[in-house]
Amino acid sequence: MNFDIQKIRADFPILQQKIRGKSLIYFDNGATSQKPSVVLERMDRYYRTENSNVHRGVHHLSQIATDAMEKSRERIREYLNASSIEEVIFTKGTTESINLVAHSFGKAFIHEGDEIVISEMEHHANIVPWQMLCEDKKATLRVAKINDDGSLDMAHFSSLLNEKTKLVAIAHISNVMGIINPVKEIIDLAHQKNIPVLIDGAQAVPHKQVNVQELDCDFYVFSGHKMYAPMGIGILYGKKKFLEEMPPYQTGGEMIKDVSFEKTTFNELPFKFEAGTPMVADIIGLASAIDYLEEVGFENIKAYENELLEYGTKAFSTIDGLEIIGTSKNKSAVISFVLKGIHHYDAASLLDQMGIAIRTGHHCAQPLMNRMGIAGTIRASFAFYNTKEEIDSTVEALKKVQMMLG
Amino acid sequence: MTIQEQKQELVEEFEMFDDWMDRYNYIIEMGKEVEGIGEEFKTKQYLISGCQSQVWLAANLQDGKIHFNADSDAIITKGIVQLLLKVVNDRTPQEIVDEDFSFINQIGLQEHLSPTRSNGLTSMIKQIKLYALVFKTKVELNK
Repeated sequence: MNFDIQKIRADFPILQQKIRGKSLIYFDNGATSQKPSVVLERMDRYYRTENSNVHRGVHHLSQIATDAMEKSRERIREYLNASSIEEVIFTKGTTESINLVAHSFGKAFIHEGDEIVISEMEHHANIVPWQMLCEDKKATLRVAKINDDGSLDMAHFSSLLNEKTKLVAIAHISNVMGIINPVKEIIDLAHQKNIPVLIDGAQAVPHKQVNVQELDCDFYVFSGHKMYAPMGIGILYGKKKFLEEMPPYQTGGEMIKDVSFEKTTFNELPFKFEAGTPMVADIIGLASAIDYLEEVGFENIKAYENELLEYGTKAFSTIDGLEIIGTSKNKSAVISFVLKGIHHYDAASLLDQMGIAIRTGHHCAQPLMNRMGIAGTIRASFAFYNTKEEIDSTVEALKKVQMMLG
Repeated sequence: MTIQEQKQELVEEFEMFDDWMDRYNYIIEMGKEVEGIGEEFKTKQYLISGCQSQVWLAANLQDGKIHFNADSDAIITKGIVQLLLKVVNDRTPQEIVDEDFSFINQIGLQEHLSPTRSNGLTSMIKQIKLYALVFKTKVELNK
Protein backbone atom coordinates (compact mmCIF):
# COMPACT_ATOMS: atom_id res chain seq x y z
CA MET A 1 0.00 0.00 0.00
CA ASN A 2 1.32 3.38 -1.01
CA PHE A 3 0.74 5.02 2.34
CA ASP A 4 3.47 6.78 4.29
CA ILE A 5 1.95 7.63 7.67
CA GLN A 6 4.80 9.91 8.73
CA LYS A 7 4.46 11.91 5.54
CA ILE A 8 0.69 12.11 6.05
CA ARG A 9 1.10 13.32 9.64
CA ALA A 10 3.51 16.01 8.49
CA ASP A 11 0.70 17.37 6.29
CA PHE A 12 -1.29 18.32 9.42
CA PRO A 13 0.44 21.09 11.39
CA ILE A 14 -1.86 20.82 14.43
CA LEU A 15 -0.75 17.25 15.10
CA GLN A 16 2.79 18.41 15.83
CA GLN A 17 1.87 20.15 19.06
CA LYS A 18 1.99 18.98 22.66
CA ILE A 19 -1.00 19.08 24.99
CA ARG A 20 -0.11 19.37 28.68
CA GLY A 21 3.41 18.36 27.75
CA LYS A 22 2.28 15.21 25.94
CA SER A 23 2.00 14.48 22.23
CA LEU A 24 -1.54 15.17 21.16
CA ILE A 25 -3.60 12.07 20.39
CA TYR A 26 -6.53 13.31 18.40
CA PHE A 27 -9.33 10.74 18.38
CA ASP A 28 -12.21 13.18 17.98
CA ASN A 29 -12.37 13.10 14.20
CA GLY A 30 -16.06 12.28 14.21
CA ALA A 31 -16.65 15.75 15.66
CA THR A 32 -14.27 17.49 13.31
CA SER A 33 -11.16 16.58 11.38
CA GLN A 34 -7.88 18.47 11.31
CA LYS A 35 -6.87 20.44 8.22
CA PRO A 36 -3.90 19.68 5.99
CA SER A 37 -1.48 22.47 5.07
CA VAL A 38 -2.60 22.47 1.43
CA VAL A 39 -6.13 23.49 2.49
CA LEU A 40 -4.87 26.17 4.87
CA GLU A 41 -2.47 27.52 2.26
CA ARG A 42 -5.14 27.59 -0.43
CA MET A 43 -7.47 29.61 1.82
CA ASP A 44 -4.65 31.90 2.83
CA ARG A 45 -3.82 32.52 -0.82
CA TYR A 46 -7.46 33.33 -1.52
CA TYR A 47 -7.56 36.01 1.16
CA ARG A 48 -4.13 37.37 0.22
CA THR A 49 -4.59 37.56 -3.52
CA GLU A 50 -8.11 36.79 -4.71
CA ASN A 51 -10.59 38.05 -2.11
CA SER A 52 -13.54 39.92 -3.52
CA ASN A 53 -17.28 39.48 -3.49
CA VAL A 54 -18.44 37.01 -6.09
CA HIS A 55 -20.81 37.07 -9.06
CA ARG A 56 -22.30 40.46 -10.00
CA GLY A 57 -18.90 42.23 -9.82
CA VAL A 58 -17.40 43.29 -13.14
CA HIS A 59 -13.93 44.08 -11.86
CA HIS A 60 -10.94 41.80 -12.16
CA LEU A 61 -10.76 40.45 -8.59
CA SER A 62 -14.47 39.71 -8.49
CA GLN A 63 -14.07 37.68 -11.66
CA ILE A 64 -11.18 35.75 -10.17
CA ALA A 65 -13.07 35.02 -6.93
CA THR A 66 -16.21 34.00 -8.84
CA ASP A 67 -14.14 31.79 -11.07
CA ALA A 68 -12.41 30.11 -8.15
CA MET A 69 -15.73 29.51 -6.42
CA GLU A 70 -17.50 28.10 -9.46
CA LYS A 71 -14.51 25.93 -10.33
CA SER A 72 -14.78 24.57 -6.79
CA ARG A 73 -18.45 23.81 -7.34
CA GLU A 74 -17.52 21.89 -10.45
CA ARG A 75 -14.81 20.06 -8.49
CA ILE A 76 -17.33 19.07 -5.82
CA ARG A 77 -19.83 18.00 -8.49
CA GLU A 78 -17.20 15.79 -10.06
CA TYR A 79 -16.26 14.29 -6.69
CA LEU A 80 -19.92 13.46 -5.95
CA ASN A 81 -20.59 12.46 -9.53
CA ALA A 82 -23.67 14.70 -9.56
CA SER A 83 -25.12 15.14 -13.03
CA SER A 84 -24.88 18.94 -13.01
CA ILE A 85 -23.61 21.85 -10.95
CA GLU A 86 -27.22 22.95 -10.52
CA GLU A 87 -27.54 20.09 -8.06
CA VAL A 88 -24.70 21.26 -5.83
CA ILE A 89 -25.87 23.83 -3.26
CA PHE A 90 -23.53 25.52 -0.80
CA THR A 91 -24.75 25.65 2.79
CA LYS A 92 -22.94 26.17 6.05
CA GLY A 93 -23.06 22.52 7.04
CA THR A 94 -25.02 19.29 7.28
CA THR A 95 -27.46 20.81 9.76
CA GLU A 96 -28.29 23.70 7.48
CA SER A 97 -28.63 21.37 4.49
CA ILE A 98 -31.17 19.25 6.36
CA ASN A 99 -33.03 22.31 7.58
CA LEU A 100 -33.15 23.62 4.03
CA VAL A 101 -34.72 20.41 2.76
CA ALA A 102 -37.10 20.18 5.73
CA HIS A 103 -38.24 23.73 5.05
CA SER A 104 -38.39 23.83 1.28
CA PHE A 105 -39.20 20.22 0.42
CA GLY A 106 -41.63 20.30 3.32
CA LYS A 107 -43.36 23.37 1.96
CA ALA A 108 -43.77 21.84 -1.48
CA PHE A 109 -44.37 18.17 -0.76
CA ILE A 110 -45.47 17.45 2.82
CA HIS A 111 -49.13 17.64 3.73
CA GLU A 112 -51.41 16.68 6.59
CA GLY A 113 -51.44 12.95 7.23
CA ASP A 114 -48.14 12.32 5.41
CA GLU A 115 -45.31 10.37 6.99
CA ILE A 116 -41.56 10.86 7.18
CA VAL A 117 -39.32 7.93 8.09
CA ILE A 118 -36.08 8.28 10.05
CA SER A 119 -34.21 5.79 12.26
CA GLU A 120 -33.35 5.33 15.92
CA MET A 121 -29.67 6.01 15.30
CA GLU A 122 -30.03 9.52 13.88
CA HIS A 123 -28.14 12.58 15.07
CA HIS A 124 -30.42 15.28 16.50
CA ALA A 125 -29.82 17.28 13.31
CA ASN A 126 -31.61 14.54 11.38
CA ILE A 127 -34.44 14.29 13.90
CA VAL A 128 -35.48 17.73 15.07
CA PRO A 129 -36.00 19.46 11.67
CA TRP A 130 -38.36 16.61 10.67
CA GLN A 131 -40.10 16.70 14.02
CA MET A 132 -40.76 20.43 13.60
CA LEU A 133 -41.92 19.93 10.03
CA CYS A 134 -44.31 17.16 11.08
CA GLU A 135 -45.68 19.30 13.87
CA ASP A 136 -46.18 22.14 11.47
CA LYS A 137 -47.87 20.09 8.76
CA LYS A 138 -49.70 17.64 11.02
CA ALA A 139 -47.65 14.88 9.49
CA THR A 140 -46.22 11.88 11.38
CA LEU A 141 -42.61 11.00 12.07
CA ARG A 142 -41.99 7.25 11.91
CA VAL A 143 -38.85 5.78 13.42
CA ALA A 144 -37.18 2.63 12.09
CA LYS A 145 -35.80 0.42 14.85
CA ILE A 146 -32.26 -0.81 15.21
CA ASN A 147 -31.00 -4.22 16.29
CA ASP A 148 -28.99 -4.81 19.46
CA ASP A 149 -25.75 -4.77 17.47
CA GLY A 150 -26.60 -1.25 16.31
CA SER A 151 -27.50 -2.17 12.74
CA LEU A 152 -30.72 -0.98 11.19
CA ASP A 153 -33.65 -3.40 11.46
CA MET A 154 -34.32 -3.59 7.73
CA ALA A 155 -37.54 -5.58 8.13
CA HIS A 156 -38.95 -2.92 10.41
CA PHE A 157 -37.68 -0.17 8.15
CA SER A 158 -39.38 -1.57 5.08
CA SER A 159 -42.61 -2.20 7.02
CA LEU A 160 -42.81 1.55 7.65
CA LEU A 161 -42.84 2.44 3.96
CA ASN A 162 -46.34 2.99 2.62
CA GLU A 163 -48.34 5.28 0.38
CA LYS A 164 -48.35 7.98 3.08
CA THR A 165 -44.54 8.06 3.30
CA LYS A 166 -43.25 11.17 1.55
CA LEU A 167 -39.59 11.07 2.56
CA VAL A 168 -36.96 8.84 4.14
CA ALA A 169 -34.09 10.62 5.94
CA ILE A 170 -31.35 8.37 7.20
CA ALA A 171 -27.67 8.49 8.14
CA HIS A 172 -25.12 6.94 5.82
CA ILE A 173 -22.95 6.19 8.87
CA SER A 174 -24.01 6.46 12.52
CA ASN A 175 -22.12 9.24 14.29
CA VAL A 176 -22.15 7.38 17.60
CA MET A 177 -21.29 3.83 16.54
CA GLY A 178 -19.74 4.20 13.11
CA ILE A 179 -22.17 1.65 11.71
CA ILE A 180 -22.55 1.86 7.94
CA ASN A 181 -26.14 1.65 6.82
CA PRO A 182 -27.01 -0.27 3.65
CA VAL A 183 -28.01 2.95 1.94
CA LYS A 184 -28.23 1.50 -1.54
CA GLU A 185 -30.74 -1.08 -0.33
CA ILE A 186 -32.63 1.59 1.63
CA ILE A 187 -32.86 3.82 -1.42
CA ASP A 188 -33.98 0.97 -3.69
CA LEU A 189 -36.68 -0.10 -1.23
CA ALA A 190 -37.99 3.45 -0.93
CA HIS A 191 -37.86 4.07 -4.67
CA GLN A 192 -39.94 0.95 -5.31
CA LYS A 193 -42.69 2.94 -3.59
CA ASN A 194 -41.69 6.25 -5.20
CA ILE A 195 -40.44 7.68 -1.93
CA PRO A 196 -37.51 10.09 -2.15
CA VAL A 197 -34.55 9.55 0.18
CA LEU A 198 -32.23 11.99 1.94
CA ILE A 199 -28.91 10.59 3.11
CA ASP A 200 -27.08 12.32 5.95
CA GLY A 201 -23.51 11.77 4.83
CA ALA A 202 -21.76 13.82 7.54
CA GLN A 203 -19.90 10.79 8.92
CA ALA A 204 -19.41 9.07 5.57
CA VAL A 205 -17.56 11.59 3.41
CA PRO A 206 -14.32 11.54 5.42
CA HIS A 207 -14.05 7.79 4.95
CA LYS A 208 -15.40 6.83 1.58
CA GLN A 209 -15.96 7.96 -1.95
CA VAL A 210 -19.59 8.85 -2.50
CA ASN A 211 -21.26 8.52 -5.88
CA VAL A 212 -24.72 10.10 -5.78
CA GLN A 213 -25.81 8.83 -9.19
CA GLU A 214 -24.84 5.30 -8.37
CA LEU A 215 -26.63 5.52 -5.01
CA ASP A 216 -29.51 7.24 -6.78
CA CYS A 217 -30.28 9.17 -3.57
CA ASP A 218 -32.53 12.21 -3.97
CA PHE A 219 -30.64 14.33 -1.45
CA TYR A 220 -27.17 13.87 0.01
CA VAL A 221 -25.94 16.25 2.71
CA PHE A 222 -22.58 16.69 4.40
CA SER A 223 -20.19 19.12 6.08
CA GLY A 224 -16.77 20.11 4.84
CA HIS A 225 -15.16 20.28 8.25
CA LYS A 226 -15.44 16.56 8.91
CA MET A 227 -13.59 15.84 5.65
CA TYR A 228 -10.45 17.90 6.24
CA ALA A 229 -11.99 21.12 4.89
CA PRO A 230 -12.76 24.27 6.88
CA MET A 231 -15.74 24.78 9.16
CA GLY A 232 -18.65 26.76 7.78
CA ILE A 233 -19.12 25.01 4.44
CA GLY A 234 -21.58 22.25 3.79
CA ILE A 235 -23.14 20.71 0.71
CA LEU A 236 -26.65 19.90 -0.24
CA TYR A 237 -26.81 17.66 -3.24
CA GLY A 238 -30.35 17.37 -4.54
CA LYS A 239 -31.89 15.99 -7.69
CA LYS A 240 -32.83 18.81 -9.98
CA LYS A 241 -36.42 17.61 -10.33
CA PHE A 242 -36.97 18.21 -6.61
CA LEU A 243 -34.85 21.34 -6.22
CA GLU A 244 -36.75 23.00 -9.05
CA GLU A 245 -40.07 22.41 -7.34
CA MET A 246 -38.85 23.55 -3.95
CA PRO A 247 -39.30 27.19 -2.89
CA PRO A 248 -36.24 29.15 -1.66
CA TYR A 249 -35.12 28.64 1.93
CA GLN A 250 -33.71 32.06 2.71
CA THR A 251 -34.17 35.16 0.64
CA GLY A 252 -31.97 38.15 -0.06
CA GLY A 253 -29.22 38.98 -2.50
CA GLU A 254 -27.75 36.59 -5.07
CA MET A 255 -30.80 34.31 -5.15
CA ILE A 256 -33.06 36.71 -7.05
CA LYS A 257 -33.58 37.47 -10.69
CA ASP A 258 -35.76 40.59 -10.52
CA VAL A 259 -37.00 42.48 -7.53
CA SER A 260 -39.71 45.08 -7.44
CA PHE A 261 -41.89 45.94 -4.50
CA GLU A 262 -44.73 44.08 -6.16
CA LYS A 263 -42.98 40.85 -7.03
CA THR A 264 -39.65 39.07 -6.90
CA THR A 265 -38.61 36.36 -9.28
CA PHE A 266 -35.97 33.95 -8.17
CA ASN A 267 -32.67 33.07 -9.70
CA GLU A 268 -32.00 29.67 -11.21
CA LEU A 269 -30.41 26.67 -9.56
CA PRO A 270 -28.17 26.48 -7.67
CA PHE A 271 -28.28 30.19 -6.79
CA LYS A 272 -31.96 30.07 -5.80
CA PHE A 273 -30.88 28.43 -2.55
CA GLU A 274 -27.81 30.59 -1.89
CA ALA A 275 -28.99 33.87 -0.44
CA GLY A 276 -26.33 36.36 0.62
CA THR A 277 -22.57 36.35 0.24
CA PRO A 278 -21.30 32.78 0.21
CA MET A 279 -18.33 31.54 2.24
CA VAL A 280 -15.99 31.71 -0.75
CA ALA A 281 -12.73 30.84 1.00
CA ASP A 282 -14.33 27.83 2.69
CA ILE A 283 -15.78 26.61 -0.60
CA ILE A 284 -12.36 26.81 -2.23
CA GLY A 285 -10.94 25.11 0.86
CA LEU A 286 -13.39 22.23 0.44
CA ALA A 287 -12.41 21.71 -3.19
CA SER A 288 -8.78 21.71 -2.12
CA ALA A 289 -9.51 19.13 0.62
CA ILE A 290 -11.13 16.91 -2.02
CA ASP A 291 -8.00 17.24 -4.16
CA TYR A 292 -5.93 16.24 -1.15
CA LEU A 293 -8.15 13.24 -0.30
CA GLU A 294 -8.04 11.98 -3.85
CA GLU A 295 -4.29 12.37 -3.88
CA VAL A 296 -4.01 10.26 -0.73
CA GLY A 297 -6.55 7.96 -2.34
CA PHE A 298 -9.90 6.84 -0.95
CA GLU A 299 -8.88 3.20 -1.37
CA ASN A 300 -5.74 3.80 0.68
CA ILE A 301 -7.74 5.69 3.30
CA LYS A 302 -10.28 2.90 3.55
CA ALA A 303 -7.66 0.18 3.82
CA TYR A 304 -5.61 2.03 6.43
CA GLU A 305 -8.62 3.09 8.51
CA ASN A 306 -9.95 -0.47 8.46
CA GLU A 307 -6.60 -1.60 9.80
CA LEU A 308 -6.90 0.97 12.62
CA LEU A 309 -10.47 -0.14 13.35
CA GLU A 310 -9.53 -3.79 13.49
CA TYR A 311 -6.45 -3.12 15.59
CA GLY A 312 -8.33 -0.74 17.89
CA THR A 313 -11.28 -3.08 18.38
CA LYS A 314 -8.91 -5.89 19.37
CA ALA A 315 -6.81 -3.66 21.62
CA PHE A 316 -9.77 -2.04 23.38
CA SER A 317 -11.42 -5.44 23.86
CA THR A 318 -8.50 -6.53 26.06
CA ILE A 319 -9.61 -4.02 28.70
CA ASP A 320 -11.70 -5.60 31.46
CA GLY A 321 -15.12 -4.05 31.79
CA LEU A 322 -15.02 -2.31 28.43
CA GLU A 323 -18.07 -2.86 26.27
CA ILE A 324 -18.21 -1.69 22.67
CA ILE A 325 -21.52 -0.13 21.64
CA GLY A 326 -22.36 -1.03 18.06
CA THR A 327 -20.80 -4.37 17.23
CA SER A 328 -22.23 -4.81 13.75
CA LYS A 329 -19.58 -5.93 11.25
CA ASN A 330 -20.06 -3.15 8.74
CA LYS A 331 -18.37 -0.21 10.43
CA SER A 332 -16.25 2.83 9.73
CA ALA A 333 -13.29 3.67 11.96
CA VAL A 334 -15.23 4.55 15.11
CA ILE A 335 -15.15 2.73 18.43
CA SER A 336 -17.78 3.81 20.92
CA PHE A 337 -17.69 2.15 24.31
CA VAL A 338 -18.64 2.23 27.95
CA LEU A 339 -16.42 1.34 30.90
CA LYS A 340 -18.17 -0.62 33.60
CA GLY A 341 -18.76 1.48 36.71
CA ILE A 342 -17.10 4.57 35.25
CA HIS A 343 -18.88 7.73 34.23
CA HIS A 344 -17.88 8.98 30.80
CA TYR A 345 -17.20 12.48 32.11
CA ASP A 346 -14.66 11.12 34.60
CA ALA A 347 -12.94 9.07 31.93
CA ALA A 348 -12.75 11.98 29.49
CA SER A 349 -11.43 14.37 32.15
CA LEU A 350 -8.58 12.02 32.97
CA LEU A 351 -7.84 11.16 29.33
CA ASP A 352 -7.66 14.88 28.63
CA GLN A 353 -4.96 15.18 31.29
CA MET A 354 -3.01 12.59 29.29
CA GLY A 355 -3.29 14.56 26.05
CA ILE A 356 -5.99 12.37 24.52
CA ALA A 357 -8.83 14.13 22.76
CA ILE A 358 -11.85 11.89 22.78
CA ARG A 359 -15.57 12.65 22.80
CA THR A 360 -17.99 11.56 25.47
CA GLY A 361 -21.64 11.93 26.24
CA HIS A 362 -24.74 11.34 24.17
CA HIS A 363 -23.17 12.63 20.92
CA CYS A 364 -26.35 14.53 20.03
CA ALA A 365 -28.19 11.22 19.73
CA GLN A 366 -30.24 10.95 22.91
CA PRO A 367 -32.88 8.63 21.43
CA LEU A 368 -30.11 6.17 20.51
CA MET A 369 -28.72 6.34 24.07
CA ASN A 370 -32.20 5.53 25.40
CA ARG A 371 -32.51 2.66 22.93
CA MET A 372 -29.17 1.23 24.11
CA GLY A 373 -30.04 1.89 27.76
CA ILE A 374 -26.96 4.02 28.46
CA ALA A 375 -26.34 7.64 29.51
CA GLY A 376 -23.47 8.18 27.13
CA THR A 377 -20.44 6.60 25.54
CA ILE A 378 -16.76 7.30 25.13
CA ARG A 379 -16.06 7.58 21.40
CA ALA A 380 -12.73 7.18 19.68
CA SER A 381 -13.12 8.16 16.04
CA PHE A 382 -10.08 7.65 13.85
CA ALA A 383 -8.71 9.44 10.83
CA PHE A 384 -6.02 8.25 8.45
CA TYR A 385 -3.42 10.34 10.29
CA ASN A 386 -3.88 8.29 13.46
CA THR A 387 -1.56 5.43 14.32
CA LYS A 388 -1.56 2.07 16.07
CA GLU A 389 0.91 3.53 18.58
CA GLU A 390 -1.72 6.11 19.53
CA ILE A 391 -4.21 3.30 20.06
CA ASP A 392 -1.69 1.49 22.30
CA SER A 393 -1.15 4.66 24.34
CA THR A 394 -4.90 5.09 24.70
CA VAL A 395 -5.31 1.51 25.94
CA GLU A 396 -2.64 2.23 28.58
CA ALA A 397 -4.39 5.49 29.44
CA LEU A 398 -7.74 3.75 29.81
CA LYS A 399 -6.17 1.23 32.18
CA LYS A 400 -4.84 4.14 34.22
CA VAL A 401 -8.31 5.67 34.24
CA GLN A 402 -9.74 2.42 35.58
CA MET A 403 -7.03 2.22 38.21
CA MET A 404 -7.70 5.77 39.39
CA LEU A 405 -11.46 5.49 39.38
CA GLY A 406 -11.73 1.87 40.45
CA MET B 1 -12.46 28.54 60.06
CA THR B 2 -13.47 31.62 58.10
CA ILE B 3 -14.34 31.39 54.43
CA GLN B 4 -10.97 33.03 53.63
CA GLU B 5 -9.06 30.54 55.74
CA GLN B 6 -10.89 27.62 54.19
CA LYS B 7 -10.05 28.80 50.67
CA GLN B 8 -6.44 29.41 51.63
CA GLU B 9 -6.21 25.91 53.04
CA LEU B 10 -7.49 24.40 49.81
CA VAL B 11 -5.13 26.46 47.68
CA GLU B 12 -2.20 25.35 49.85
CA GLU B 13 -3.27 21.73 49.68
CA PHE B 14 -3.37 21.83 45.91
CA GLU B 15 0.01 23.55 45.72
CA MET B 16 1.57 20.47 47.25
CA PHE B 17 0.65 18.25 44.31
CA ASP B 18 3.41 17.78 41.74
CA ASP B 19 1.37 16.27 38.98
CA TRP B 20 -2.11 15.91 37.62
CA MET B 21 -2.53 12.38 38.95
CA ASP B 22 -2.08 13.52 42.55
CA ARG B 23 -4.47 16.38 41.96
CA TYR B 24 -7.11 14.14 40.46
CA ASN B 25 -6.66 11.36 42.98
CA TYR B 26 -7.35 13.97 45.64
CA ILE B 27 -10.49 15.17 43.85
CA ILE B 28 -11.67 11.58 43.44
CA GLU B 29 -11.13 10.99 47.17
CA MET B 30 -13.09 14.15 47.91
CA GLY B 31 -15.83 12.88 45.64
CA LYS B 32 -16.13 9.83 47.85
CA GLU B 33 -16.59 12.08 50.91
CA VAL B 34 -19.71 13.74 49.54
CA GLU B 35 -22.47 13.15 52.05
CA GLY B 36 -24.81 13.05 49.11
CA ILE B 37 -28.41 13.92 48.84
CA GLY B 38 -31.48 11.92 49.80
CA GLU B 39 -33.17 9.99 47.01
CA GLU B 40 -36.20 12.26 47.50
CA PHE B 41 -34.08 15.15 46.22
CA LYS B 42 -32.93 13.34 43.10
CA THR B 43 -35.78 14.82 41.15
CA LYS B 44 -36.11 17.34 38.36
CA GLN B 45 -36.68 20.11 40.88
CA TYR B 46 -33.18 19.79 42.30
CA LEU B 47 -31.42 18.69 39.14
CA ILE B 48 -28.87 20.91 37.46
CA SER B 49 -28.57 19.33 34.09
CA GLY B 50 -25.31 19.36 32.19
CA CYS B 51 -24.64 17.76 28.86
CA GLN B 52 -21.88 15.60 30.32
CA SER B 53 -22.73 15.07 33.97
CA GLN B 54 -25.57 15.97 36.28
CA VAL B 55 -25.66 17.64 39.65
CA TRP B 56 -28.41 17.67 42.27
CA LEU B 57 -28.41 20.49 44.76
CA ALA B 58 -30.66 21.29 47.74
CA ALA B 59 -30.26 23.93 50.44
CA ASN B 60 -31.77 24.89 53.77
CA LEU B 61 -31.26 27.69 56.22
CA GLN B 62 -30.40 26.85 59.82
CA ASP B 63 -29.57 29.45 62.45
CA GLY B 64 -28.85 32.04 59.80
CA LYS B 65 -26.48 29.77 57.87
CA ILE B 66 -27.03 27.85 54.67
CA HIS B 67 -26.42 24.14 54.48
CA PHE B 68 -26.17 22.61 51.03
CA ASN B 69 -26.51 19.00 50.04
CA ALA B 70 -25.40 17.92 46.62
CA ASP B 71 -24.59 14.91 44.52
CA SER B 72 -23.50 14.06 41.01
CA ASP B 73 -23.44 11.02 38.76
CA ALA B 74 -19.72 11.56 37.94
CA ILE B 75 -17.08 11.19 40.64
CA ILE B 76 -14.84 14.05 39.46
CA THR B 77 -17.81 16.39 39.33
CA LYS B 78 -18.70 15.11 42.79
CA GLY B 79 -15.21 15.88 44.05
CA ILE B 80 -15.40 19.42 42.77
CA VAL B 81 -18.88 19.76 44.25
CA GLN B 82 -17.42 18.71 47.60
CA LEU B 83 -14.63 21.26 47.19
CA LEU B 84 -17.16 24.03 46.56
CA LEU B 85 -19.34 22.93 49.45
CA LYS B 86 -16.36 22.90 51.82
CA VAL B 87 -16.07 26.61 51.16
CA VAL B 88 -19.71 27.65 51.11
CA ASN B 89 -21.38 25.25 53.53
CA ASP B 90 -22.66 26.65 56.80
CA ARG B 91 -21.88 30.24 55.86
CA THR B 92 -24.24 33.19 56.05
CA PRO B 93 -26.16 34.15 52.91
CA GLN B 94 -24.15 37.39 52.71
CA GLU B 95 -20.82 35.54 52.71
CA ILE B 96 -21.95 33.38 49.82
CA VAL B 97 -23.40 36.30 47.88
CA ASP B 98 -19.99 37.99 48.17
CA GLU B 99 -17.99 34.92 47.12
CA ASP B 100 -16.57 35.03 43.58
CA PHE B 101 -15.21 31.46 43.45
CA SER B 102 -11.93 32.61 41.90
CA PHE B 103 -10.08 30.18 44.18
CA ILE B 104 -11.04 27.49 41.64
CA ASN B 105 -8.65 29.14 39.16
CA GLN B 106 -5.94 29.24 41.80
CA ILE B 107 -6.13 25.50 42.27
CA GLY B 108 -6.04 24.88 38.53
CA LEU B 109 -9.50 23.44 38.06
CA GLN B 110 -10.95 26.26 36.01
CA GLU B 111 -11.47 24.00 32.99
CA HIS B 112 -14.14 22.13 34.91
CA LEU B 113 -16.00 25.37 35.49
CA SER B 114 -16.00 26.55 31.91
CA PRO B 115 -19.59 26.96 30.74
CA THR B 116 -18.74 25.00 27.60
CA ARG B 117 -17.66 22.01 29.67
CA SER B 118 -21.29 21.45 30.38
CA ASN B 119 -20.91 19.29 33.47
CA GLY B 120 -23.45 21.16 35.57
CA LEU B 121 -20.86 22.90 37.78
CA THR B 122 -21.18 26.38 36.31
CA SER B 123 -24.91 26.22 36.74
CA MET B 124 -24.40 24.84 40.22
CA ILE B 125 -22.45 27.92 41.27
CA LYS B 126 -25.19 30.11 39.88
CA GLN B 127 -27.71 28.06 41.81
CA ILE B 128 -25.68 28.33 45.04
CA LYS B 129 -25.65 32.10 44.64
CA LEU B 130 -29.34 32.17 43.87
CA TYR B 131 -30.13 30.20 47.03
CA ALA B 132 -27.97 32.63 49.02
CA LEU B 133 -29.77 35.61 47.54
CA VAL B 134 -33.19 34.15 48.26
CA PHE B 135 -32.25 33.27 51.85
CA LYS B 136 -30.71 36.71 52.35
CA THR B 137 -33.93 38.37 51.23
CA LYS B 138 -35.94 36.05 53.43
CA VAL B 139 -33.83 36.88 56.49
CA GLU B 140 -34.10 40.61 55.83
CA LEU B 141 -37.86 40.46 55.40
CA ASN B 142 -38.22 38.64 58.70
CA LYS B 143 -36.23 41.23 60.62
